[in-house]
Amino acid sequence: MSVDATLSFEEAMEKYDPVLGFEVHVELNTKTKMFSSAPNVFGDEPNTNVNEVDLGMPGVLPVVNKAAVESSIKIGLALNCKIAESCRFARKNYFYPDTPKNFQTSQYDEPIAYDGYLDIELEDGTVFRVEIERAHMEEDAGKLTHMGGATGRIQGADYSLVDYNRSGVPLVEIVTKPIEGAGSRAPELAKAYVAAVREIVKNLGVSDAKMERGNVRCDANVSLRPHGQERFGIRSETKNVNSLRAVEHAVRYEIQRHAAVLDSGQPIIQETRHWHEDTRSTTSGRPKSDADDYRYFPEPDLVPVVASREWVEELRATLPEPPAERRKRLKEAWGYSDLEFRDVVNAGVMDSIEETIAAGASADVARKWWMGEIVGRAKVADVEPGELGVTPQVIVELNKLVEDGKINNKMATQVLDGVLAGEGAPAEIVEKRGLAVVSDDGPLLEAIDAALAAQPDVAEKIRGGKVQAIGAIVGGVMKATRGQADAGRVRELILEKLGVQG
Amino acid sequence: MAAINRDDVAHLARLAHIEMSAEELDRMAGELAVIVDSVKSVSEAAGEDVPATSHPIPLTNVFREDVVGHTFTAEQALSGAPDAFENRFKVPAILDED
Repeated sequence: MSVDATLSFEEAMEKYDPVLGFEVHVELNTKTKMFSSAPNVFGDEPNTNVNEVDLGMPGVLPVVNKAAVESSIKIGLALNCKIAESCRFARKNYFYPDTPKNFQTSQYDEPIAYDGYLDIELEDGTVFRVEIERAHMEEDAGKLTHMGGATGRIQGADYSLVDYNRSGVPLVEIVTKPIEGAGSRAPELAKAYVAAVREIVKNLGVSDAKMERGNVRCDANVSLRPHGQERFGIRSETKNVNSLRAVEHAVRYEIQRHAAVLDSGQPIIQETRHWHEDTRSTTSGRPKSDADDYRYFPEPDLVPVVASREWVEELRATLPEPPAERRKRLKEAWGYSDLEFRDVVNAGVMDSIEETIAAGASADVARKWWMGEIVGRAKVADVEPGELGVTPQVIVELNKLVEDGKINNKMATQVLDGVLAGEGAPAEIVEKRGLAVVSDDGPLLEAIDAALAAQPDVAEKIRGGKVQAIGAIVGGVMKATRGQADAGRVRELILEKLGVQG
Repeated sequence: MAAINRDDVAHLARLAHIEMSAEELDRMAGELAVIVDSVKSVSEAAGEDVPATSHPIPLTNVFREDVVGHTFTAEQALSGAPDAFENRFKVPAILDED
């Protein structure tokens, strides 16, 4: 396997203008398959979620899953597509052991959804519109495992093993129009586009949208043309780029590789490329040939799908708020800075914060608890923050205990630990663990006297007006009371004692 | 007469994974042309006002509710397989080493 030459990304960008195109396959999370009543479940024992339809036995008849059609229409609507009044399925004929029928049931010239767009927001807030050519219904293929050979890849394998559990799982394939004008932001846009599609199908609830399980899979088309040229260059299609990071890397790599080929005066070969995560590069798959003549024809075993406008509007009415709009609305409502909000989103606690605010906490209090306390604990426990076991009510109660002066912030974190340890509700834990703040001034004044006596130079500074030095004394008092004092009250008492205005 | 030449037949044979001799290709080119012409006569029967259809009965929206039905055991699924290994179909490797 030879290593392809590449130009630096910067040089490639100086000389050429990239054009992108994506085909994203989304596996629907219906209970059953697209055309058979066998279960659509990931990770079961091989060849147990199959029946005669999935195995392509002679004489069987497929029947369309209504829920899968509804999910497909919802995806089309979320991508701002038109929904076909009537559309048909077609057979895509090819010989490969991933389909026992020797054809894949798909849609050809009549996709269920077409002519849409998606506005993609890049990191710096730039909005880039990606036009959607079509979204069509089809079925997934079986899973091949290549055995023997040196690499475990298809090249050089001795034989392949086939599991048809995935065969017939409903898929929606989303195809973009050629994406022009992304320039040097092409790799970033690629990643953001796939992320947006994944987020949309997850938000719609029509797919589990786990890329690591292949629920969302991306084929990335890249071509280059000299700046100023209208006509597209010849493209390569990099298959199965199956993580967001890989999408970005694959587009970047293909731009650099194409640029080197064009620079050397060679033509680009229109071909499939395979992405390799280990070397972050692509290798040549098979060139396009007359074997790609799929001889599509209308599927005679299935009748047309007619989407009445009433049905489409009924489905439209069930659509959730689009994720990008929701984020914008929440950010404004909560008053977080760009950075604060991005951290919240990246930490995966936006929903939790929304629920916590709905339960009665302020936006700042909700953020403080989720970002400051819960995210870290979730990381240690290796679970999602929302699954750690902290309910919005717990946070509201904890915050009330702090605001009422019953416990201080440090104790509150101990109470949180108690909640997670299953010791009960916050108020109970305060009781059980004896965590109430020392609110009787008597013991506090004693501790303050001791702390001032121990640090006479600091006391002098405060008397002289350097109020910021007070931290050392407060710290001494907190230590002496084992953290069970209200730091705010301690501060007041110290200033009072020294006769200084806070 | 429909234009089906020998190259068309050779192309179709390759797509369909059918091995054909030179004589068979020649003969089939002639026979296929006749068959295509015969099928074509259907379009003469249908007037301009008859839309193309892929199904003889004008049905639409034949759907199934999303309810799990029967499945095979792996043993049943593999009962007709020429070869199997660890509950999976065993098939020859398709591509050679690059």
